[in-house]
Amino acid sequence: MSIRVGEAAEAPEFPTAAKRLIQDSQIRRNVRHATDVIRGKRNRVVAELDDWEQLRASAHAIKEHTLRNLVRYLEQFEAACTNAGGEVHWAQDADEANQTIVGLIQAEKKSEVIKVKTMTSDEIGLNTALEAAGIIPSETDLADLIVQLGRDQPSHIVVPALHRNRAEIRQIFRREMNLPALSDDPEELAAAARAYLREKFLRVDIAISGANFVIAETGTVCVVESEGNGRMCLSLPQVLITLIGIEKIIPRFEDLEVFLQLLPRSATGERMNPYNSIWTGVSPGDGPQRFHVVLLDNGRTQVLADEVGRQTLDCIRCGACLNACPVYQQTGGHAYGSVYAGPIGAILTPQLQSMQHSQTLPYASSLCGACYEVCPAKINIPEVLLHLRSKVVENRDAPVYERVAMKIAALALKNADRLSAAQSVGRIAQKPFERDGVIANLPGFLRGWTAVRDLKPIPKQSFRQWWAERDQSK
Amino acid sequence: MTISLFITCYNDTLFPETGKATVILLERLGHTVEFRAAQTCCGQMHFNTGYVGDALSMMRSTLDVFATAEVICIPSSSCVAMMRDQYPHIAQSTGEPALINAVSRFLPKVFELSELLVDKLGITDVGAFFPHAVTLHPSCHSIRSLHIGNKPQELLKCVRGLTLIELPDARQCCGFGGTFSLKNPEVSAAMLSDKVQCVLETRAEFCTAIDNSCLMHIGGALSRQRTGVRTVHIAEILAATDAGAIQ
Amino acid sequence: MSIAKQVILTRIRDALARSPQITYESCPREYRRASALDVRSRIELFEDRLRDYGSRVYHCSSDQIADSIALAMRNAGKTALVIPDGFPRTWLPDECTFTLDNGLSYQALDGAEGVLTGCAAAIAETGTIVLRHSGADGRRALTLLPDYHLCVVRQSQIVASVPEGIQAATEFATSPITTISGPSATSDIEMTRVKGVHGPRTLDVIITEP
Repeated sequence: MSIRVGEAAEAPEFPTAAKRLIQDSQIRRNVRHATDVIRGKRNRVVAELDDWEQLRASAHAIKEHTLRNLVRYLEQFEAACTNAGGEVHWAQDADEANQTIVGLIQAEKKSEVIKVKTMTSDEIGLNTALEAAGIIPSETDLADLIVQLGRDQPSHIVVPALHRNRAEIRQIFRREMNLPALSDDPEELAAAARAYLREKFLRVDIAISGANFVIAETGTVCVVESEGNGRMCLSLPQVLITLIGIEKIIPRFEDLEVFLQLLPRSATGERMNPYNSIWTGVSPGDGPQRFHVVLLDNGRTQVLADEVGRQTLDCIRCGACLNACPVYQQTGGHAYGSVYAGPIGAILTPQLQSMQHSQTLPYASSLCGACYEVCPAKINIPEVLLHLRSKVVENRDAPVYERVAMKIAALALKNADRLSAAQSVGRIAQKPFERDGVIANLPGFLRGWTAVRDLKPIPKQSFRQWWAERDQSK
Repeated sequence: MTISLFITCYNDTLFPETGKATVILLERLGHTVEFRAAQTCCGQMHFNTGYVGDALSMMRSTLDVFATAEVICIPSSSCVAMMRDQYPHIAQSTGEPALINAVSRFLPKVFELSELLVDKLGITDVGAFFPHAVTLHPSCHSIRSLHIGNKPQELLKCVRGLTLIELPDARQCCGFGGTFSLKNPEVSAAMLSDKVQCVLETRAEFCTAIDNSCLMHIGGALSRQRTGVRTVHIAEILAATDAGAIQ
Repeated sequence: MSIAKQVILTRIRDALARSPQITYESCPREYRRASALDVRSRIELFEDRLRDYGSRVYHCSSDQIADSIALAMRNAGKTALVIPDGFPRTWLPDECTFTLDNGLSYQALDGAEGVLTGCAAAIAETGTIVLRHSGADGRRALTLLPDYHLCVVRQSQIVASVPEGIQAATEFATSPITTISGPSATSDIEMTRVKGVHGPRTLDVIITEP
């Protein structure tokens, strides 16, 4: 078993990556602009629905119910999908999924595939595996195309290229599409992508997709999108391979009435996204005639085993937590070292991939709670972050300086006498650092604080001393 | 009414003026304030950094100290949030029925200062005088955990002489996050820089909040940048009268 | 059973061994599942949303459909459209050309001026057209490759809200379904909305009685 989340194993840890990104003025401006725009739109359309909180409560409950009955629903889906002409494959981890997909494409004797935006395929590193097998994958979502042609990493779950501005996109398209006269007008850039991809849509006969929702009862799959590239991939080729994380399942068709209200409003701030493709198995004479589903674990069952952490699997990948997160807004997605960025990435990546980033990602949050507030599935992200932090400490993975400091603090806070004594020690210890009534330069792990902030020195008299004095004089 | 003050460890150590102001204010409103000297810390810093065992000890001690208190006033929303959001889970995890009971008896008695004034005591005009332009930073815990709503604003609006100026992008975190500001100092500083910019846009003289933790953070930058804008805990504004303004 | 399936299902059972059951029926459903909007208001809301998306909207009675189609085509500068096999011939105006989709190649569809279809349902609140890809809706590629889509919606097909739309679609849940809410669009470049990336750039709608 090797669980892998994209290139996360090789990526630098959050504080290191963030430090570098914080200095990239262009990325910061691009990320700020994009998140501000989506957040504004999301807030407007969410405010339109007076039953938003009820929808969130239902989504959360449906997801929790589904996870508790996952075996039954996966088997139900498999039976219904097979019955409708689909073929279901199971994959324990990234390598197994990649091998299965490569095998399916090779059995069709094809060497080129078109892809519609699937985070899960980024998670398992599918493109790398395809290329290694001599198969050319073409991303067809505009943002994914920008990322792929720019040999870049996605930085957002919904808008993977939001860190790029129009001038950069023009550069990439000019180079990769051989269009030297291309302007940076978004209409013209999108038209270039349309022409570039239309040829592929009409020619390439095998497509790979992800799924937003998978319905157990009917064996139905639903893909939510805006551009129409999804419809192209899902309708035109003869062969379709759909990669699905096992947590994407929902019980019944009618449950879509909850999720298709929550997802578009949360993700792009639209009342409804332009296109939803909903299909079941194979329809003779319409759409792909060979349909494969790959059901992927890749660490999900490990997440499921954790009673606090399992709510992470409720995620419907809307990206609202990224747009709402003040940390993400400063760093953008690349700081998270994973295809899953932002608050959801900070809890998903360390749980899926237990080795890398688990010491730093749970701390990549000020615990402000903005993520929980907007999450359409009501995932209590701060609660999971705190839970993961406690596991870091439990596993003795926390840095030594921190363990020592926390131990000393715990001893000092054990009772009131010790606290008073610690306050006295603090007053003496701060003396060398105090200038003009402020502390402006502390050493060691406190340096980060005083680099940009003054610290108020501990005053001569604590509150408890004042109280005791006042009590006596009464 | 006898009100027991939980001053919190960092107010005790770093912001005694907030504690004094809370005492003066509640006494002025005709209540008796008691201070149980055995109190130390609610356990928030340890819990939020992952040190659950240490937090549990502090929770036990806090529950013991306040077992017989009738009403507990805490001038810090993040400590109240720690108690309301985490104490029940921490107690559950021990499986000790006595501890679980102690938490459920304790929580209904806990009030953040503005909750105590507006909800429990039913008062918004506390007779304060503070002739300054003030902006309010609604701390994350106060809005997203306590759901404090407009209580601090209602209290501030009744303060004579005070001009309340709305803070742009008020609901954004200041970037403190306890040990977050030490573990990710650059990101924290970037968030703080945005917050300071918003505070300066208001042209207020004071930035207030119901949490000294955020104020220590915001105030640290306002001081470093020599902005001339000060931070002050809401208790100190509400305690001020024309007989004695704050220093 | 494949080994992978066996392993995954065992892991799931182990992961859930100590967790209590949650029933489907216990999931709260307190959101609005039906709307109080009358027919008039539903039509108005639907039209409003469509106009928001940049669609031209036409109204007609059941005996004026052909005239409306001719008018819509004239306004859009179209002289010939492709129609699915199940599209009612009596709705077609004589003065325009219509090509029947009897399995046209993708290249032929790609080169067509546009497509004319019916639909299976419509949702007012979101300006959504629901296609079930049979009869007057046509197969999936038909409404995808041409750059212009003209859709005839009967008033009685318009429901108010998303839950009502999904409830209507439950009837044909396992048919291929496409929902269309405005023209193909992207905001991937600096959040600037650009219409018409891959699907039809223009979607016009005729709302007909009853």
